[in-house]
Amino acid sequence: MPKVPLWDLPELPQNHLPPHLQLQKTRVSCNNDAPTNTESIIYSGAYAAMGVDNSLRLGEFRKNFKVNVMKLNEEDMEFDLIGIDASIANAFRRILISELPTMAIEKVLVANSSSVVQDEVLAHRLGLIPIKVDPRLFEYMSENDVPNEKNTIVFKLHFKCERKSGERRTVYSHDLEWLPFGSEYVLRTENSSDSTSKPKTYTSFNSSQETLPEFSNNPISVTPGIIISKLGPGQEIELEAHAVKGVGKTHAKWSPVATAWYRMLSEVVLLQDIEDEDAQKLVNKCPVNVFDIEDMGKGVKRATVARPRDCTLCRECIREPGWEEKVALRRVKDHFIFTIESTGALPPEVLFTEAVKILEDKCERVITELS
Amino acid sequence: MGVSGDSAVLYDNLQRTGGVDKQFLAAPVKSAVDKFQLLPEFLKVRGLVKQHLESFNYFIRTDIKKIVQANNHVASRFDPSVYIRYTDVWVGRPSEVVDGVTDSLSPQKCRLGDNTYAAPIFVNIEYCNGSDSRMMMKKEVVIGRMPIMLRSLSCVLHGKDEDELAKLGECPLDPGGYFVVKGNEKVILIQEQLSKNRIIIDSDKKGCIQASVMSSTAITKSKTIIRMEKEKIYLVLNAFTSKVPIMLVLKAMGMETDQEVVQMLGRDPQYATLLLPSIEECASIGVYTQQEALDFLEKKRKKSMSRFGKDDGALGVLRDIFIPNIPVRENNFYLKCVYVVVMMRRMMDAILNEDAMDDKDYVGNKRLELSGQLLALLFEDLFKSLNDMIKLTVDKSLSKASRTSRLDISQHILKDDIITKGLERSLSTGNWDVHRFRMHRRGITQIVTRLSFIGAFGSMTKISPQFEKSRKVSGPRALQPSQWGMLCPCDTPEGEACGLVKNLALMTHVTTDEEEGPIISLCYCLGVEDLYLLSGEELHSPDSFLVILNGLILGKHRTPQLFALGMRKLRRAGKVGDFVSIYVHEKQRCVYIASDGGRVCRPLVIADNGVSRIKHHHMKELKDGVRNFDSFLREGLLEYLDVNEENNALIALYEGEATYETTHIEIEPFTILGACAGLIPYPHHNQSPRNTYQCAMGKQAMGNIAHNQLCRMDTLIYLLVYPQRPLLTTRTIELIGYDKLGAGQNATVAVMSYSGYDIEDAIVMNKSSLDRGFGRCIVMKKMSAMYQKYDHVCDKIVSPRKSQHDSEILDNDGLASPGEIIRHLDIYLQKECPLDPKAKSHPSQIQYRTSKQTYKGAEGEPAVVDRVALCSDKNQNLIVKFMIRHTRRPEVGDKFSSRHGQKGVCGTIIQQEDFPFSERGICPDLIMNPHGFPSRMTVGKMIELLGSKAGVSCGKFHYGSAFGEPSGHAHKVEDISETLVKHGFCYNGKDFLYSGITGTPLQAYIFMGPIYYQKLKHMVLDKMHARGMGPRQLITRQPTEGRSRNGGLRVGEMERDCLIAYGTSNLIYERLMISSDPFEVQVCRECGLLGYINYKTKTRMCSTCKNGDNISAMKLPYACKLLFQELQSMNIVPRLQLADS
Repeated sequence: MPKVPLWDLPELPQNHLPPHLQLQKTRVSCNNDAPTNTESIIYSGAYAAMGVDNSLRLGEFRKNFKVNVMKLNEEDMEFDLIGIDASIANAFRRILISELPTMAIEKVLVANSSSVVQDEVLAHRLGLIPIKVDPRLFEYMSENDVPNEKNTIVFKLHFKCERKSGERRTVYSHDLEWLPFGSEYVLRTENSSDSTSKPKTYTSFNSSQETLPEFSNNPISVTPGIIISKLGPGQEIELEAHAVKGVGKTHAKWSPVATAWYRMLSEVVLLQDIEDEDAQKLVNKCPVNVFDIEDMGKGVKRATVARPRDCTLCRECIREPGWEEKVALRRVKDHFIFTIESTGALPPEVLFTEAVKILEDKCERVITELS
Repeated sequence: MGVSGDSAVLYDNLQRTGGVDKQFLAAPVKSAVDKFQLLPEFLKVRGLVKQHLESFNYFIRTDIKKIVQANNHVASRFDPSVYIRYTDVWVGRPSEVVDGVTDSLSPQKCRLGDNTYAAPIFVNIEYCNGSDSRMMMKKEVVIGRMPIMLRSLSCVLHGKDEDELAKLGECPLDPGGYFVVKGNEKVILIQEQLSKNRIIIDSDKKGCIQASVMSSTAITKSKTIIRMEKEKIYLVLNAFTSKVPIMLVLKAMGMETDQEVVQMLGRDPQYATLLLPSIEECASIGVYTQQEALDFLEKKRKKSMSRFGKDDGALGVLRDIFIPNIPVRENNFYLKCVYVVVMMRRMMDAILNEDAMDDKDYVGNKRLELSGQLLALLFEDLFKSLNDMIKLTVDKSLSKASRTSRLDISQHILKDDIITKGLERSLSTGNWDVHRFRMHRRGITQIVTRLSFIGAFGSMTKISPQFEKSRKVSGPRALQPSQWGMLCPCDTPEGEACGLVKNLALMTHVTTDEEEGPIISLCYCLGVEDLYLLSGEELHSPDSFLVILNGLILGKHRTPQLFALGMRKLRRAGKVGDFVSIYVHEKQRCVYIASDGGRVCRPLVIADNGVSRIKHHHMKELKDGVRNFDSFLREGLLEYLDVNEENNALIALYEGEATYETTHIEIEPFTILGACAGLIPYPHHNQSPRNTYQCAMGKQAMGNIAHNQLCRMDTLIYLLVYPQRPLLTTRTIELIGYDKLGAGQNATVAVMSYSGYDIEDAIVMNKSSLDRGFGRCIVMKKMSAMYQKYDHVCDKIVSPRKSQHDSEILDNDGLASPGEIIRHLDIYLQKECPLDPKAKSHPSQIQYRTSKQTYKGAEGEPAVVDRVALCSDKNQNLIVKFMIRHTRRPEVGDKFSSRHGQKGVCGTIIQQEDFPFSERGICPDLIMNPHGFPSRMTVGKMIELLGSKAGVSCGKFHYGSAFGEPSGHAHKVEDISETLVKHGFCYNGKDFLYSGITGTPLQAYIFMGPIYYQKLKHMVLDKMHARGMGPRQLITRQPTEGRSRNGGLRVGEMERDCLIAYGTSNLIYERLMISSDPFEVQVCRECGLLGYINYKTKTRMCSTCKNGDNISAMKLPYACKLLFQELQSMNIVPRLQLADS
């Protein structure tokens, strides 16, 4: 940059940063060697010297903040979160992964298991099966609680491979059978003399879960098609699995998402006009077809950025020396493409709103603690 | 890929020749043939473990018959008409006799039942019980039981397919080659030795040059040394008390004239000059004739050397002990004379020219002794002992004046199972004590390491060294160029055995003995002039080469190259054994033919004038199954070369590199590595010691052991819950079946620094990955108990009382039932033992006490009773074996390693949300610190990451075989990068990552992708240890030592020094006294000796002064008090002088 005397500098308009600083503030530039300007500048007085106020204003935020849902089905969801800081977006991501509760099998009572899969491993596998039930209908079970219809879901698995068949059989997750009345296994007690009362089982359900309006015509099930074990002729598995509510922080099996993540919107800028051969080269370079060729007439072809959103940042376009001056790969710092892959317990959009609620709660807690 | 490489060579050649070489242009375009398919075919018949089988089969088929044939006559000393003659011997099928019923055995049965997998040795005998009785015959007499090598010809597993093996409870991928002795799997290690019956020129400790021969014949073993000492030549032989002038020996053997010796040595005056001092010395002693020489030698002879019964004096020594591998026919010593002179000539060559010295470390001078040979040795010794025993007992009964019953010699064979017991003992202890050959070797056998599948392979290919490990020599440890292709350059342990313990390469074969007779006659047919017909002068005539077969000089040949060519052609045609080597040694002017066992050799493709004999159509036929490896051999497309013959060959690495002079072409370059090193992807990009480290660590990796792993009852089994096959494989992995029995998992690794808990190679692990099963392992421990039988009583099975809290898991039989959770100090077996084992009272009156066995595991770590097995030992006691299973998830401190010698412990476990994630939402399983790379230089690991990443993105397994890029067995980095780019990754494998903590992108691109990680058997749970109060030793009252005894942590000398220097005297006092063994003693101020307190009268006494007047109490370490008393017991009086009392 040429040296310019201070008094010759152009008068800065209020609340406008010079372009290079604006770029640094709003964009991550992904250079060939390393990304730069990755951090978000939050300090309100960061540009005070230039008379620019960097503080966040609620009104401004409200005006700018946008959510665009790009894709939504039962399991996946992709939406844009625009006008938000990385820390907030990350907070949602973290909450989604580790703090949203779900139901997962925690306790397995094995009555009989002659399969090759060891009991612990079997229990571990069962634990990881997502249960399709709204966890909000249940309570956490603390240490002193007895398992009841409010905090426990009981499944039964009884699977036998007949010796006669001579073939192996596969046990799938959909072979798990929901027991709305709770455990069927009778607790062994010393004084089993009073046969009049109902025998005590491993759970103490007061009523059937089926009577609850939520489950009356919507029985609890698990994600089908997951292989639990394979049985040889003559082998048998008989067990009961008790699912309780928990969060992903304790164990990944309670995480409601397969994963949740975001990426910043990519911005590909052609710093120079790239024409003819170079344009074709550029188009060929990109494995995800970010660029297109535009016919400018007179036989001149110019490269344009057609689908910047598709850029995976393979940096193939700027790999060759010299190209870094022609193409700039950037990320927009306040535009997040958020993806949620649900495990099936809750639909992804509900997951996100739940995550927002949890963040709200946390904020409220902080405020109450502070005041 | 190979094609393109080849065309480049072609282009190169074109450039060089200027494109005018018409002959070159007319030649058909060479395109490299992919010979890889030969490897699986080779491994079907030879290689890896097959040499063990081959050797054992040879022993069972041939050697055992030879041994019995050589010792087939056993006659009484008193009455020669009482005799046994063995007419035939063979080994049956593995079986055992229980209560008189013969039961067939399977290896798995033996493993579980602690039996020996052995088969009866049958003999047919003729015998006669004296001159008055007729000769009788007996068939199928069992003389003992031979442990059978698994998968050998006699094994039930031989030739079984996968289904049949599964029915027998056997893993189809298990290579066999070991024995099952008393339930333990024992492998006889390959023993490395200097070759027998060969002249080795080297120098002794004083620097004198000597020629030595280790002779070994069926009858004797001896070492003969001819040494040049102070310009005179001497013979050093054990049978003589001191060194003997060599001229004297020659004279004793009939070469009386010096001229004859000089003539035989060669015309060159240099030799005569070197011999002159010896001739002079001989003359100065005054020995001129054979008789004089013999008389002289007789004086020098050790008199105790009459082991051979007949004692023929010095001549006998020269005949039987002096180079006994050279036959003497009717006291004609000519051959021996020639041999001695050839030895002298070689020695003089070495004196004149340093280069002529032999290298002891050269692989061609070594022989590998395999299980067959070692067993043969043992069997021979035991068989002779058996015969001696028969002789002894028969003699004893014959010498008795009055015999009550008629003698039946055939009965004595069965009396004692010398052979059975002897073989079993040697195999289970590993001690080879063969008195006849003065052989006492330890550690011949080893338990097959079943920590991992690859570990078992490792023990099978291991070669144990001839030297003891303590020797501080570098020569034998260094990598020998002649090891190329024969012994793995990577696979050797670290530390004291480094370079001495070696491992076989993938395509190595070890030969077995081959009949010499046909080869000798063939040699004479091909124009070898018989040595007997040659005069001394002619022997070294400049136009001829000596022909030496297995160290025996056959004669000479005038056109050695032609002769060698003829022999080789015969070998390729299958007229001579495949493994006979013909080696023309230009310098020594000799043609060496070798057919002895223990040579290492490997197959190579034959090339005629640089053109490979194997063409595309051959390989196609192989693929179609019309051909097999043997047909390649039969048709002369391939041949085996041993190390010596390799010196006559010019071997091209690739077909494209062959020139006109090339005689052979390698099959695949990665076969120079062994099975363990073959697991490493891109080993040729790594720093060499890293590969060595991985070879050691691969054997400690957890994973699948065998397909029958859940049916095994080993003392310790480590299993991985979810083992995977590596995304980046090698050809070796597929060949040995590591892809079916993997020992590791493909972890997504991010190479970055994180949290500071990753220094010093520690890795940071993702908690969610661990939750989902990464690195989860199962440790199974065997515990066994016995129901002892005594003379009249035995231990009782009783039902335990259920009320007991700690015996909840017991069944009605007092044994823990499978599937029960077992915790620390739980009882797993409860029985009743008789109070008095020798009691003879009525069963109802015997008193019993309850005896229980408790499980000692880690506290707070519940385990599960996996299996309970009942079997009986050989005394018919009931043995109960419990397998206790413990499933563990990785924790901080557990050891992990990649396949590139990069081990590290888990430094910390971090929540998934704190982990960085990529734009595709990929979150690494573990984070490795980049500082691991610069100093280790494991570029192969980086390529593995790239290759695996490309593999997962395109859905194909990628290959990384050693040196595989030119032949297409390893993907090139360029191609991998292309795949990566095609799938939207950066070509260099670096991804754009977001921090999981702040949510902002990281300021660097992170090298991330899957790497195959192994969990090693070292886990903190087995190692962590701390104690406060605890057990003390009985005699010193100091805390016990070691984790297993819950011992204390010692403040040692150096720690004590630190504390002294630091000046913390109270801390020293506390550590060394109060926390250790404080003891209050009563010291007599008068005599300074220790007194005591009489607790009854509450008075203190000094037993020396007989009063209690001057007693003071003080504190001493108990060990100190003990020392005083021990000194006193040795008549040393330690007196304490108290300063202020």
